[in-house]
Amino acid sequence: MELADIGKTFRRLDYLTKVTGRAQYLADMNVPGMLHGKILRSPYPHARILRIDASKAEKVPGVMAVLTRDDILHDEGIEPFYGPVFKDQTIVATEKVRHVGDPVAAVAALTIDAAEAALKLIEVDYQELPAVLNIDQAIKPGAMLVHESVKLPTSGFADLAEIKPIDGTNLCTHFRLNRGDIDKGFAEADRIFEDTFTLPATQHCFLETHACIASVEPGGRITVWATTQNPFVVRTQLANIFKVPVAKVRVIVPYLGGGYGGKVYPKVEPITVALSQKAGRPVRLVLSREEVFYTITKHAAVIRMKTGVKNDGTLVARECEIHLDTGAYAEIGPRVAKKSGYTAAGPYKIPNLKIDSYSVYTNKPPAGAFRGFGVSQSAWAVESQMDIIAAALNIDPVELRKQNGYNEGDKFVTEETLRAIGLKECIDQVAKSIGWETRDEDREQNRSSIRRGKGLACMIKATITPSISCAVVKLNEDASLSIYSGTVEMGQGSETVLAQIAGKELGIPMPTIQVLGVDTDVVPYDLTTSSSRSTFHMGKAVQLAAQHIKRQLKEIVASEYGVPEDKIDFADGKIRLPESQLDYSEVMFKRFGMQGGTLVGEGQVKTSTKDEFGEKSTSAFWFLAAGAAEVEVDLDTGKFKLLKYASAVDVGKALNPLGCQQQLAGAAITGMGQAMFEEIAYDNGQLINPNLVDYVLPALGDMPAVIDSIAVEFPDRNGPFGAKGIGESALIPVAPAIANAIYDAVGVRIKDLPIKAEKIFVALADLDRQ
Amino acid sequence: MRKAITLTVNGRERGVEVEARTTLLDLVREQFGLTGAKLGCDIQVCGACTLLVDGKPVSACSMLAVDADGCAVETIEGLGSKDKLHPLQEAFMEFGALQCGYCTSGFILTAKALLAENPQPSDAQIRDYLAGNFCRCGCYQEIMQAVKNVVGES
Repeated sequence: MELADIGKTFRRLDYLTKVTGRAQYLADMNVPGMLHGKILRSPYPHARILRIDASKAEKVPGVMAVLTRDDILHDEGIEPFYGPVFKDQTIVATEKVRHVGDPVAAVAALTIDAAEAALKLIEVDYQELPAVLNIDQAIKPGAMLVHESVKLPTSGFADLAEIKPIDGTNLCTHFRLNRGDIDKGFAEADRIFEDTFTLPATQHCFLETHACIASVEPGGRITVWATTQNPFVVRTQLANIFKVPVAKVRVIVPYLGGGYGGKVYPKVEPITVALSQKAGRPVRLVLSREEVFYTITKHAAVIRMKTGVKNDGTLVARECEIHLDTGAYAEIGPRVAKKSGYTAAGPYKIPNLKIDSYSVYTNKPPAGAFRGFGVSQSAWAVESQMDIIAAALNIDPVELRKQNGYNEGDKFVTEETLRAIGLKECIDQVAKSIGWETRDEDREQNRSSIRRGKGLACMIKATITPSISCAVVKLNEDASLSIYSGTVEMGQGSETVLAQIAGKELGIPMPTIQVLGVDTDVVPYDLTTSSSRSTFHMGKAVQLAAQHIKRQLKEIVASEYGVPEDKIDFADGKIRLPESQLDYSEVMFKRFGMQGGTLVGEGQVKTSTKDEFGEKSTSAFWFLAAGAAEVEVDLDTGKFKLLKYASAVDVGKALNPLGCQQQLAGAAITGMGQAMFEEIAYDNGQLINPNLVDYVLPALGDMPAVIDSIAVEFPDRNGPFGAKGIGESALIPVAPAIANAIYDAVGVRIKDLPIKAEKIFVALADLDRQ
Repeated sequence: MRKAITLTVNGRERGVEVEARTTLLDLVREQFGLTGAKLGCDIQVCGACTLLVDGKPVSACSMLAVDADGCAVETIEGLGSKDKLHPLQEAFMEFGALQCGYCTSGFILTAKALLAENPQPSDAQIRDYLAGNFCRCGCYQEIMQAVKNVVGES
């Protein structure tokens, strides 16, 4: 059998069960005695609830429980308020509804039909309130408040402790970053550029909707099967809401049908548990496609960016104001705003900065994490404006980026030292892939009204820090390996990479390695499967756990065989002694005296706000990437076509090359959707396209002929075998790269996503008039 | 209103009573326990629920079970055998044509129908035929490679 290795493509461990249709996702699962849950949702963007009467609904045959605010406000065993940063969410609405689709009540019944019939009989009297439906309305002085007050948690994320809502306003949080002397910086500038960029709310549209099965035992023991990316956060939140120790909450996570950030933090788990508790039976709740749009979105943003530049292209000052529409609940919006703020200077050295990044409450569905996490918003502005500057100063956009871009050892905006920074290699690679040097010739190859153009963009992003990943690896008596990890397999290939890492460390064949499913009763703590962190953090934890096993094997050999430890080596799954070699199973037999026993290896990774040199660290590692697009634009209609797209991502070390390609190309394709199609449309707070007909996703026919995914390797000293995270990187440059290519082709600058033919057409018409 | 229907599922004849409004997807998932086909959009556009009915791909979320009376229905569970997978299943694994796997059953069945209709499709024909299936993880390039590889084999 072939030994596990790194830097080599292995068939993914989750594939056979998936291609045969046998993989069990949550909605495929049943639990004996299970009821079906349904949610009654608000029809209004903002309203006071005057009265709820569930008595008729309770009488529907088959209905076992109807949950309303009365159940959560008057139960000593329930803390009604929760949320990952602020406690501004409730299981069902209490005083007010704050967005269309806000849960008002829920039903558990023997059949879905009975549950739906009951929903229609719940009587709710609303008093409609004026609503704030966009950032402008929300930040106006005297605006209607989405939350009159917000409860703060007693303990929460260490890095968000200083962040609080601003009383009497809809400002959920305000993140500030000041550096150097902003006035002096602008005074030194030869040119000042001021632009406003906007982008709409979008939705993750994982094909698997959010779902949950919850079972509450009489003693209060809670078991949930959840579609979550962070089971341990869900465990903590459920423990807080239902006032039990975390040991009494068990969260089991099957394979997810996609996550992309939309399945972090509690979603449907609290309401399903509350229903199960009231009904005294297990309850399954599976959201409809429409309900997913009410559950979580990506932040719409307005970004005002003012940049001072020397005539030679040196960036000297930037003032940037970012407003992110976080919807009715903070969710993880405060951290999204922080990450947007940190990256408002992009991957560029700008000595003087004044950055203000706000998350803003509005009466819209909550916005939270989405692959790219605040940086796809800031990069849209940063990278578009870079090309505006390049054009005005007549500097090649590649050169302008390299001139100002970070090098190894430069200081980030937080004054910490950047290490393992493959930015310029990424820029060079995509420029080469797209044929940057023949840009001028290619542009001139005009066919009637069709013009060609090329554009590029880059990015820097941080991973959530501090954070924790713990892993356990068990060596079984037959030398097979069991890996216990809280990382959720949602399509990113984590099971396979973790097996490669442990198998490489111990010299074990892939087919003898099993990565166990996620169950918080079984696997040790992991903060979250998000922020492109799992390969780096959990991979390292698994590597440490495998090394722990090696140390134990060495000790056993030393004591049982009388060989000095310095004469014992490991190679290809064997223990090499001066005169002979031993199999792990032989050593196990020797240790336990029979065919049996287990060696348990533990690994813990804990990142902190200081690195090993005692220096400040806002990110355990940095992601760098570049993207380049070639487009064709029709001057007559504004219609454009993406011909080619190239991504280069600094992956540190490509552990599974095909897996890297999938992540890079997949992220780029998600970026194409955001750049060209996707937008949640509202009419007076009502979502008018919460379905996959009107909300357009990229399909096979929308793909450019070539998507080139290039892995650049600048190893990180702390990653397993030098690996970094890669899940988000390739998404972020896509939209500005395409906008820059369109400008290159026809000279119009689109500053509002998505980029659509009509926007180009209107801009071309404006250009003609000038 | 319940109606008795007879259909062939993966080669085995099944008689079953269904509510007139039961979808084919609910029938195969809930009554036959074949959960490889998934509910994605519920309005016939995402392709996750694709099944083959008399060899043609249909969105089972939007087809009534009673309309499959007398038909031969094929699901992902019916592909290949215990010892040998279908070449499309092998190719999807080899080329990495899936990540989360939620769309996979729909893609493989749709591709199977394509190859039955047109054993030597061009790239453009493959793209057209698979245009009604979404892969949100973005494995489109790998899916094209996998399907083309199977075309090359036959």
